[in-house]
Amino acid sequence: MASRTAGDLNGAEPVLTAHAVRRAFGPTVVLAGVDLTIARGEVVALLGGSGSGKSTLLRILAGLDGEAGGTSVVHGTAAVVFQEHRLLPWKRVTENVGLGLSGADGPGRIRRALAEVGLAERDRAWPAELSGGQAQRVAVARALVREPDLLLLDEPFGALDALTRLRMQILLRRLRAEHGFAALLVTHDVEEALLLADRILLLDEGRIAAEMPVDLGPTRTPDDRAFGALRRHLLDRLGVPTT
Amino acid sequence: MSRTSLVEAPDEVAAAVPVVPRRQRPARRWRRVVSPVVLVLGWELAARTGLLAAEKLPAPSDVLATGWRLSRDGTLGIHLLDSLTRAGAGLLIGGLLALALGTVAGLLRLGDDLVDPPVQMARMLPHLGLVPLLIIWVGIGESLKISLVALGAFFPIYFNTYAGIRDIDERLVEAARTCGLGQAARLRHVVLPGALPSLFLGLRLAIGAAWLSLVVGEQVNAQTGIGFLMMEAREFSQTDVVVLGLLVYALLGLISDLALRVLERRMLTWRRGLRAT
Ligand SMILES: Nc1ncnc2c1ncn2[C@@H]1O[C@H](COP(=O)(O)OP(=O)(O)O)[C@@H](O)[C@H]1O
Ligand SMILES: [Mg+2]
Repeated sequence: MASRTAGDLNGAEPVLTAHAVRRAFGPTVVLAGVDLTIARGEVVALLGGSGSGKSTLLRILAGLDGEAGGTSVVHGTAAVVFQEHRLLPWKRVTENVGLGLSGADGPGRIRRALAEVGLAERDRAWPAELSGGQAQRVAVARALVREPDLLLLDEPFGALDALTRLRMQILLRRLRAEHGFAALLVTHDVEEALLLADRILLLDEGRIAAEMPVDLGPTRTPDDRAFGALRRHLLDRLGVPTT
Repeated sequence: MSRTSLVEAPDEVAAAVPVVPRRQRPARRWRRVVSPVVLVLGWELAARTGLLAAEKLPAPSDVLATGWRLSRDGTLGIHLLDSLTRAGAGLLIGGLLALALGTVAGLLRLGDDLVDPPVQMARMLPHLGLVPLLIIWVGIGESLKISLVALGAFFPIYFNTYAGIRDIDERLVEAARTCGLGQAARLRHVVLPGALPSLFLGLRLAIGAAWLSLVVGEQVNAQTGIGFLMMEAREFSQTDVVVLGLLVYALLGLISDLALRVLERRMLTWRRGLRAT
C-alpha cells in the first residue's frame, strides 16, 4: 500500500518494492521480514535451499497470498511463469496465451509472442500435444504477451532436461535484451543465476542473507574465470563444499 | 548442478511419437458378434419348435412383429412419448437441483458445510425404496413418476459436480488469476471446463438411474407409458408385448448412452490430445 519512492538513484521509480514481508504457516515462520527492491529492467536472481521460502515469497509478490504481512507493491504490471507450465489443458495454445488478454490487436500480439518463443507453428495444438520444453515456452509467451514491467519466474526451467534448460536460458536472455523487462528469477541453480542475473540475493532463514552484484557483462559464459570465482563463492555461502 | 545428462531427446521430437493404432482389428470385431447372434437364433429356434412355450417367451420374430404392429397403429408412439416426457422432466428437475447444490457445495466452504452432510445422509437411502413414502406424499399420479426419476438423477449429478469442482487443480486457478481473470472469468474458463468430464460422467449415470426409476415408477398405477403397456399386457398374458417393452427400455438406454458419448467426444476434444491431429 505505502509506495515508497526512496532509493531511486536516477529519479526512476523501482518496479517492485517489498518491505518487511512476513509469512508463517501455523507456528512455522517461513519469511521473517524480507525487504526487496527491483529497479526497472533489472534481473534479480533469488537463490536459496529447498524449502527456504522462495516460492512463498514469489507468490506474495505476485499478489497470490492474502495472508502475508508487510507491504509489497508492483509499480506497473507483473506476469508470472511457474515451475510447471500451468497451461489450461482444455484450451489450445493460442487461447492459453491470450487468456485474460485485453486491448487492441489481441490475435496479432499472440502470434508475435508465440513467434518469439519459436512456436508460431504450434498455435492450434492442445497443451497435451506439447513436450515439456514447448509447454514451458508457451507459458513464457503467455507472460510476454502482457508486456509486463516485471516478470516473476519461479524455477521456470527446473523441470526441464539439461539441453532444453540451456536453450531456455539463452531464450530468456534474448527476450530480456529485446524487451527490457525486469525480472525476479527464483532458482536453486547457481550457474543459472550467474548467467542471467544482474544481482543475486540469497534467501536463508526467512531473510535476505546476502546480496551480491554480478559484474560479468552481457556475454558471460561459465568458462570465465570471474564466473568460476563467483560460483565458488556462492556455493560456499549455500554451504556446498566445492573442493 | 552438473549439466552432464545429455540423454534426454531435444524437445521437438516428442511431438512426432508414432501413434499406436487403437481400433480393434476387423476379425476380432466380427468374432464378438458371433455369440449374440447364435443366442438369438437359438432362442428363435427353441420358440419355433415349441421347446419354449409361447406364453413364457415368444420368438424374437414375434416380438418384432408385435413391435411393428404397435408402431403402425400408434400405440407404441403414444406410450413412448409419455415415458420420455416423464424421464425428461425428472432428469431436468433432479439434474438442475443437483447441479446447483453440487456447485454451491463444491465452490463455497459454507455451502459444503450446510449442503453436503444431509446429502450424504440421504444417499444411504435406496431411492426406489422410497416409493411407499412418496405415494403418501405426492400420490400415485404423474408427480410420483417424475419425483422418482428426479431422485434417481439427483445423486450421481450432485456427487460428480461436487467432485469435479473439488478436483480442479488449484494451481491452474492461480495461474488464471495471474493472467488477470476475475472470479466470474475463472468460473467460466477454469472451473466449468475442468469439471466438465466429471459432469458428463454424472449425467451418464443419472440417465441410467432415470430409466431404472421410470421402470419402477410406471408400474405403480400408470395409465400410459411403456411400463403401463407392460403391466397391462401381463394381465392379458401378452408375453410378446412384455418382452417388447423390455426391448424398448434397453434401446432407450443404449441410444441415450450413444448420444451422450457423441456429445462428450465433441466437447472434450482436448482430452484426446495426442490422438487428435
Ligand atoms: N500452503 C502451505 N501450507 C503449509 N506450509 C507451507 C505451505 N506452502 C509452503 N509451506 C512451507 O513453507 C516452506 C517454504 O516453502 P517454499 O516457499 O515452497 O520453498 P522453496 O520454494 O524455497 O523450495 C516449506 O517448509 C513448506 O513446507
Ligand atoms: Mg519452490
